[in-house]
Amino acid sequence: MTYLKITDLQKHYDSYHALRGINLSITEGEFVVFVGPSGCGKSTLLRTIAGLESSNGGTIELDGRDITELASSKRDLAMVFQSYALYPHMTVADNLSFALRLAKIPDAEIQEKVRSVSASLQLDPLLERKPKELSGGQRQRVAIGRAIVRQPKVFLFDEPLSNLDAALRVQMRLELARLHKKLGTTMVYVTHDQVEAMTLADRVVILNAGQIEQVGTPLELYRKPNSRFVAEFIGTPKMNLIPADKITHKEDEFIFDLFGHTIHFPANRIKGEQPDSVIVGIRPEHLSLVAENGDLTGRIELVEHLGSEAYAHIQLQNDQTIIVKAGARTELKDGQEVHINVDVQEIILFNNKDQVISVIPEEA
Amino acid sequence: MKRSITRLLMAPSVILLLVWMIIPLSMTIYFSTIRYNLLYPGQNNFVGLMNFEFFITDPGFIPAVANTLILLLSVLIITVVLGVILSALIDKPFFGQGIVRVLLISPFFIMPTVNALIWKNMMMNPVYGIFAWISNSLGFEPIDWLSSYPLMSVIIMVSWQWLPFAILVFVTALQSQDTEQKEAAQMDGATGFHIFRYLTIPHLARPIAVVVMIETIFLLAVFAEIFVSTGGGPGYDSTNLAYLIYNQALLQYDVGVASAGGLFAVLLANIVAFFLIRAVGKNLTV
Repeated sequence: MTYLKITDLQKHYDSYHALRGINLSITEGEFVVFVGPSGCGKSTLLRTIAGLESSNGGTIELDGRDITELASSKRDLAMVFQSYALYPHMTVADNLSFALRLAKIPDAEIQEKVRSVSASLQLDPLLERKPKELSGGQRQRVAIGRAIVRQPKVFLFDEPLSNLDAALRVQMRLELARLHKKLGTTMVYVTHDQVEAMTLADRVVILNAGQIEQVGTPLELYRKPNSRFVAEFIGTPKMNLIPADKITHKEDEFIFDLFGHTIHFPANRIKGEQPDSVIVGIRPEHLSLVAENGDLTGRIELVEHLGSEAYAHIQLQNDQTIIVKAGARTELKDGQEVHINVDVQEIILFNNKDQVISVIPEEA
Repeated sequence: MKRSITRLLMAPSVILLLVWMIIPLSMTIYFSTIRYNLLYPGQNNFVGLMNFEFFITDPGFIPAVANTLILLLSVLIITVVLGVILSALIDKPFFGQGIVRVLLISPFFIMPTVNALIWKNMMMNPVYGIFAWISNSLGFEPIDWLSSYPLMSVIIMVSWQWLPFAILVFVTALQSQDTEQKEAAQMDGATGFHIFRYLTIPHLARPIAVVVMIETIFLLAVFAEIFVSTGGGPGYDSTNLAYLIYNQALLQYDVGVASAGGLFAVLLANIVAFFLIRAVGKNLTV
């Protein structure tokens, strides 16, 4: 059931079209993450939902009510900001209770709510402190607490973890995931960090240049991207993209050459007409290093050891570099000649308009 | 060795500053203890604390102290309250914001003497002043501001002069206020008034303290406006300490009593500073 519905949302700045017709439906209790490169409009979209930016067309409906023109104070949404935006002159307790006091809720009830939130976020020892006496992680928890205490219809998060150091970020990410499980409230989360997007989201919305590129579960986006943009954006290290040549069309096969190695691609995995030019996308983990008789050969340029795995950057004959995932204890040396096997099953094909034209075979 | 060189190098400026301060102060103290009237040259005998007695028992003394404090507090309240309100109003972008800001700041560039002349002759004059014209066109008797409400006239002039300073400080301070905090408050259901009350005012606590302290220094010594407009009168109705001292020294030619008055003014300034800093200093530690 649709809870938050965005229809053809438009936003113009003076000379800049920030949102170009956003359509999105979010169901109740869902954790939706907006992700995209800088300037793609993800923060603008969130701020427009929050009512901090006015829209120039389209509608936003929340729980069956049109809130497009409503003041943000009346939308019943809570937002956690990147800078935390705690009120500097108030104690943590006053920060938590600010919205409740404005809403003229009885004192006893306020105290009860503040107490339960501060207990669940371990803020009890900090209640009498001012924000500047807190560490980054503590401020973040207060900001989240301030949002929770109001029991809003939707939580909005605007890159809430980007000011934290790496270790704390991982910890807060887990806490957020737990929180969502516990509260079951709809959450909309903006980030530029695809790891946050992949780990937190029920559904990820990938934005590019003010438009939605693709919406789907993290795994869907990873395995079945709609476009080259999504394929390249999701996944670290990036997907390898190699132009194919010597294309031959056959009744049941689509045949092309990848640096001299001929690949037979089943025709039933091609959407529509067989194209005349094609770019082959393959993720590093679907390439493997073999001793001999590989599909491709190349020379190792650099090996990145990550402990649990290693990524080899390999230069192919035509100077193109591809990345191959190798085992953790690989004995590869720079400059070494290697053979690479390609897992044809996992190949994704793009046409010259950067659209995906291949279908992943359904697992039997 | 190193320390003595540092001291040696600093010595010239320290000594200069010390001399700069010590000589006028000690001369004032010296003059305040001798008989020093320009009408009786040569009779400069030591008189002890008699000059202080003369100054304190002067019929103008009590009104002058009262007027100094009333002037100080009124102008402080007017400039801080109006300053905060006006700066909050012009903080949001609107058409003509630049011009409005410049106009609001510009009275600060007008020298006190000219300021007093403008108010005396163009605004408050009972015959051809703008206030008189307004009164006349509404069918009221024009008010002779300078003789009917002398102290209030001075307060208006000085406030007009110092409001721009307050606005300048507050506008700058408001620009450093975090917009995300205001947005967070909006999301929390705060109205514009709530944001002003719970975020803007606390944010301005420190600038307010600064404005109060700096204005206090200058307002205790207001002179030009009184000299040009009311001349301290009628009677002692608009005489403050600075004007009373001037009156003693240059109208009654009694340098000794004027010096005693000057020392009393230093004392008063310290007392006022002590209370004001205690009152607003709390905000400085935030």
